[in-house]
Amino acid sequence: MMDITSLIFYLFAGVSVASAFMVIAARNPVYSVLFLILTFFNAAGLFVIMGAEFLALILVVVYVGAVAVLFLFVVMMLDIDFAELNEGFLQYLPIGATIGLVLLVELIMLLAAYQFNDVRALPQATLEGMTNAEALGRVLYTDHIFYFQAAGAILLVAMIGAIVLTLDKRPSPKKQNVAKQNARTKADGVALVSVKPGEGLKGRSK
Amino acid sequence: MTIGLPHYLTLAAILFTIGVLGIFLNRKNIIVILMAIELMLLAVNINLVAFSAYLGDLIGQVFALLVLTVAAGEAAIGLAILVVYFRNRGGIAVEDVSQMKG
Repeated sequence: MMDITSLIFYLFAGVSVASAFMVIAARNPVYSVLFLILTFFNAAGLFVIMGAEFLALILVVVYVGAVAVLFLFVVMMLDIDFAELNEGFLQYLPIGATIGLVLLVELIMLLAAYQFNDVRALPQATLEGMTNAEALGRVLYTDHIFYFQAAGAILLVAMIGAIVLTLDKRPSPKKQNVAKQNARTKADGVALVSVKPGEGLKGRSK
Repeated sequence: MTIGLPHYLTLAAILFTIGVLGIFLNRKNIIVILMAIELMLLAVNINLVAFSAYLGDLIGQVFALLVLTVAAGEAAIGLAILVVYFRNRGGIAVEDVSQMKG
């Protein structure tokens, strides 16, 4: 008999594994980004089951709201020939599948040796009578304040780095020069030309 | 059947393996490689939160928050490098990156 928590776990876990597989298997990177969003939504559901509601919401806000949109923006901004990108997919399949299989078997064997017979339900990390966000804030801003500050420094460096990298250093051709506009007179702005019939303005390029 | 720590760890192992597989298979598309790295970091986060709940210690969730920050910064920097690379070369094929040396 399967209780409702197991059912929800298997639902979220199954959908997240399937969509994670589609992230790497989809032909079009736009679909990959959308499947990545689905994966993160399901992982957020798993976080809620584990009692980490704050992290679940942060995952949705940060990943779906910021990172995935960033990916989507870059995928759509760059003009990429997707058909050409998918050419070498099967070429690396044998070595990739081998390495992935070895890694998966090793990890699961490690887990099986660790503790599979005495499975207990996960307790909640949060204290009684306190929400997860409150409990997390109590330790984050006191005991682990340096981690918090380091995270802020990392974000600052990432922001400055991204701006410096993508800043367009070419001189912009469309910039207004007010002094030049004001210095313009009728004498050098207008030219009266007597055009000979049948020749046009050939040779006058001003 | 009770859902305990091993279930979450197995799920994280599967997600991590899919991320590694994504890096090996998509040798031409850097965007998908970045997304595979995000998947691996998500697997690490699931491990951290599962152990945090298992041990009844919130430091796992604090560390997961830090990993989330690093992942967001990494995505921003990686995509910025990608945009600059595309602007210089007109394509994002991974095999051409070796020409950047020197």
